[in-house]
Amino acid sequence: MNAASLPLEVEIPFDHRQSAHCESGVISSLLRHQNMPISEPMAFGIAAGLGFAYLPFIKFGGLPLFAYRMPPGSIIRGLTRRLGIEMHFETFRQPAAGMQALDQYLSRGRAVGLQTSAFWLSYFPPDMRFHFNAHNLVVYGKRGNHYLISDPVIDIRVECDADSLRKARFTRGVLAPRGLLYYPRYIPPRLDLPRAIRKAILYTTGMMLHVPVPILGVRGIRLVSRKIRRLDPREEHYNRLLLGHMVRMQEEIGTGGAGFRFLYASFLQEAAGVLGKPGLAVIADELTAVGDAWRRFALHAAKMCKGRMPLDYGLLADALLHCAQRERSIYKQLRAEIKQGPAAFRAPVREK
Amino acid sequence: MKQTEVPQQSARAFLGHSKLLYALDEHGRYAATPCSGWEAEEIVLDQAIAEFERRAADAWQRARQGRGSALEYHMYHRRMDLVLLAQSTGFCKWRVRRHLRPGAFPKLSDRRRQRYAEALGLTPAQLDTLPEQP
Repeated sequence: MNAASLPLEVEIPFDHRQSAHCESGVISSLLRHQNMPISEPMAFGIAAGLGFAYLPFIKFGGLPLFAYRMPPGSIIRGLTRRLGIEMHFETFRQPAAGMQALDQYLSRGRAVGLQTSAFWLSYFPPDMRFHFNAHNLVVYGKRGNHYLISDPVIDIRVECDADSLRKARFTRGVLAPRGLLYYPRYIPPRLDLPRAIRKAILYTTGMMLHVPVPILGVRGIRLVSRKIRRLDPREEHYNRLLLGHMVRMQEEIGTGGAGFRFLYASFLQEAAGVLGKPGLAVIADELTAVGDAWRRFALHAAKMCKGRMPLDYGLLADALLHCAQRERSIYKQLRAEIKQGPAAFRAPVREK
Repeated sequence: MKQTEVPQQSARAFLGHSKLLYALDEHGRYAATPCSGWEAEEIVLDQAIAEFERRAADAWQRARQGRGSALEYHMYHRRMDLVLLAQSTGFCKWRVRRHLRPGAFPKLSDRRRQRYAEALGLTPAQLDTLPEQP
């Protein structure tokens, strides 16, 4: 199957560190590997990764898509664009060419990031394997027919056989990875963190508050709240699946807890230090409290799915509305906090 | 959420691994904290898997009775549905729907069969056969 791959024995020294989310984890590891330490929360925050979207026209097993973050790919692109880091991205038409290119990078001593499907990775626990095409991982070596992998959502280093990895890299369908392979090509000697942080916070809060579409941001949360309140009680099986699906997107897929809200609060704490704005740490505490409310929602919804609590759509809808209202006030405070400050920072904050 | 409140309910699905959450330490600073499982996540994960298994078992029944094809069973067994199978083979939906019927699938050409086999990670011969148990 894999005639094109070279017999290769190589292991590049790579510091494996577990993270909450695959994309922010991979880019944070790749940058740390090149002596540019950026924590996962910082990477996620500067990438403006936080979000909310309810996309009823994209279906998974007949269920609409709920996203608590910006689309796949936008974390790496957002982070590197705001910091002036240049990435090398490569996709392939032929799987054999993609595997050969991977081997060549490894033999030249370069660890690279890959986009893959989560289903075909042989080291994933079987119950965690679903057809999600935008998983990210780092390959740092090859031993015989096995690739050495630092998968950011897994607590230890893992290995994957060449055939499974080829299949994972070249699945078809929505978000097909087409063998995507990437690494940072150029990192500026000095990174302007404060400027990037300000821009990113304004971008995220603008997205959450002011995008004129009812399915995105805080309005999206309110819309989902309305949808849940109006669920047809006769369709109990579907309703349970829908609630379960929403909780999976919020907690189960690796969000750092509460649909990335804790990860973002951690970013705000770190940003408070970088910008010298203790106000951000106070806002971080409020976001933590909203995260706790999201977790309570998840627990109640899950218990209702299982029948450990009576199905009460009104209760869940109220919980979501509560989250939406508190998030709205948080993003407003954040904007105010960022906009007041030394004039030097205030000038051009327009996003490309 | 404080670090002391991070659930540690050893989820079966994790096989002894843990995932990472962000939680507050005793000084109110965020720190990455391992979590071995949470009942809410376990419930919804079990639910999602059970739904695929239910559909696979139904399809297995139908295929046994000659009212459906083995392909339908393999599709759910690989945690796919009609839309996903269509996307990962490149066939359009109505065509896949046709192939899921018991009459159409055995007449498929070897090249098309190969596309299903590749998408489902099976050999072309396996596509026709049902396991003893769903």
